Amino acid sequence: MLGHEFMRHAFLAGTFVALACGLIGYFVVLRAQVFAGDALSHVAFTGALAAAAAGVDVRLGLFVATVGVAVGMGLLGRRARPDDVVIGSVFAWILGLGVLFLSIFTTSSSGSNGTAAVRVLFGSILGLSAADARLAAAIAALAVVGLLVLARPLLFSTVDPDVARGLGVPVRGIGIAFLALLGLVAAEGTQAIGALMLLGLLAAPGAAARLLTFRPWWGLLLSGAIAVGSMWLGLVLSYEINSLPASTAIVGVAALAYVAAGAVDLLRRGGRRAAGELAQAGPQGSLGS
Amino acid sequence: MTSLVAALSLNPVTDLEQMTEYPFMVNALWAGTIVAVMAGAIGWFMVLRRQTFAGHTLAVTAFPGAAAATFVGLPLAVGYFGACGLGALLLAAVGRDGGSDAADESAAIGTLQAFGLGLGYLFVVLYGGQLSSLEALLFGSFLGITEGQVQALLWIAAAALAVLVVIGRPLLFASVDGAVARAANVPTRALGFGFLVLLALAVAATAEITGALLVFALLVTPAATAQRLTARPGPGIVISVALALAVTWVGLTIAFFSPYPVGFWVTSLSFGVYVAVRLGELIVRRAAVAVPGAHADPEPT
Repeated sequence: MLGHEFMRHAFLAGTFVALACGLIGYFVVLRAQVFAGDALSHVAFTGALAAAAAGVDVRLGLFVATVGVAVGMGLLGRRARPDDVVIGSVFAWILGLGVLFLSIFTTSSSGSNGTAAVRVLFGSILGLSAADARLAAAIAALAVVGLLVLARPLLFSTVDPDVARGLGVPVRGIGIAFLALLGLVAAEGTQAIGALMLLGLLAAPGAAARLLTFRPWWGLLLSGAIAVGSMWLGLVLSYEINSLPASTAIVGVAALAYVAAGAVDLLRRGGRRAAGELAQAGPQGSLGS
Repeated sequence: MTSLVAALSLNPVTDLEQMTEYPFMVNALWAGTIVAVMAGAIGWFMVLRRQTFAGHTLAVTAFPGAAAATFVGLPLAVGYFGACGLGALLLAAVGRDGGSDAADESAAIGTLQAFGLGLGYLFVVLYGGQLSSLEALLFGSFLGITEGQVQALLWIAAAALAVLVVIGRPLLFASVDGAVARAANVPTRALGFGFLVLLALAVAATAEITGALLVFALLVTPAATAQRLTARPGPGIVISVALALAVTWVGLTIAFFSPYPVGFWVTSLSFGVYVAVRLGELIVRRAAVAVPGAHADPEPT
């Protein structure tokens, strides 16, 4: 499998992109900003198509749009946590703009059948060139480093913003920096698994990690590991099964990991409840009500 | 997205005649009207209940449903309504009353959404689908609406609105203050589930016209605008429906006379109104702050 050049490129870019998605995704879930991530992934679609319609490099449009909108959302929202309804209204319009660019692009490039739109929406991890893959890996690695630098104050200001502010942590600035990083990762992920399915790699590993452990640093690590694992397994699956698209496989594995984590959580909770009942039935049971 | 460009005259009557000459346009206007009324009313409750993300996810599950229906060879409507219904069940299962907090719930919704989209893409690939049909599924098309579809939409909308009228009052109570409603023996959980099913109906119907990704233009933005204007439920729902209707009609008309897709016009119009209302609010608030200040000033005479 690794004899194929495109698979090597996919593994190189995929590993770093998945790591970045998994790590930042843990915070996205912890901060309950999944919907913002969702909106950013749609912004990525519009940005990429705007660039395509204007005839410039798609990546430029991607990064400018996602990071720009992310910072904008942070500035507009109270405490750098934008409101659901505002996000919904804004991104309905942004998607509409995306449709406009799509129609301009497909009519202006009459010869090509507009596969660019499909690539942006559903990803093209198996179609990366060596240079693309290396650049994607480098940017993702940069995002990971940025996140790790930010991680400690970010965690603090996520868990208890009031106390953090009291201790002089710049909660608002950190929130905006976090959103900017999220924009960067969203643009990266869009190239790998597509604007529409990005959420699978952002939300599912983080949510699974949160179900498995309450300790934040373990959770962060676990989330990154689940994302990278989903990426690897998904790539292998789509290589082995001919008609299975890579993005579907990757997101499918990530969703399965989440379901499995949910099952583990249920079992554990059930076990704890049974233990509790046992304790109540025992001689000291009168302590319980 | 193909769009025919007709010559726009300055006479609105001839323009209207020109538009209604085409049966597809008449169907599109009827379908748009029905969908706008339903989306405006149900959307108002959705915004009130802060279920925007759930609504978006239901909308997105319409896409795999339609793609699966195309793949198997069933009517599209079966796919839309089947997938949205299933989505509502799954959302209710992970729902807020299920004991998980908001962060976990939204993560679950997000995972569900991405997985649904992945499935949709798989079906499109399996079908060997052309891009044009993919685009129509995601971004809608008002060109191919049949009379049969309009009739089906009418029945669905009538049923959904009838249910909404019956459960409207307790739903409002449960949405505004869940804890008190529960204490007053209002079945909040059943209501929440019933509302998700209604929402799924509205979303599936809207997705047939606007496409899976643009449902929000009719479902969220008019309702959000209405709730900015008034907090009272009756007038709020009326404003929301009126806005959705206006946006749909004007959007369809502009799209008919312009080369650009209807999805763009409808989303831009509804967002434009929303922004205008937010700006208006800002100005009014400034004025309200300025007036007491003026009173406090000593009178010159």
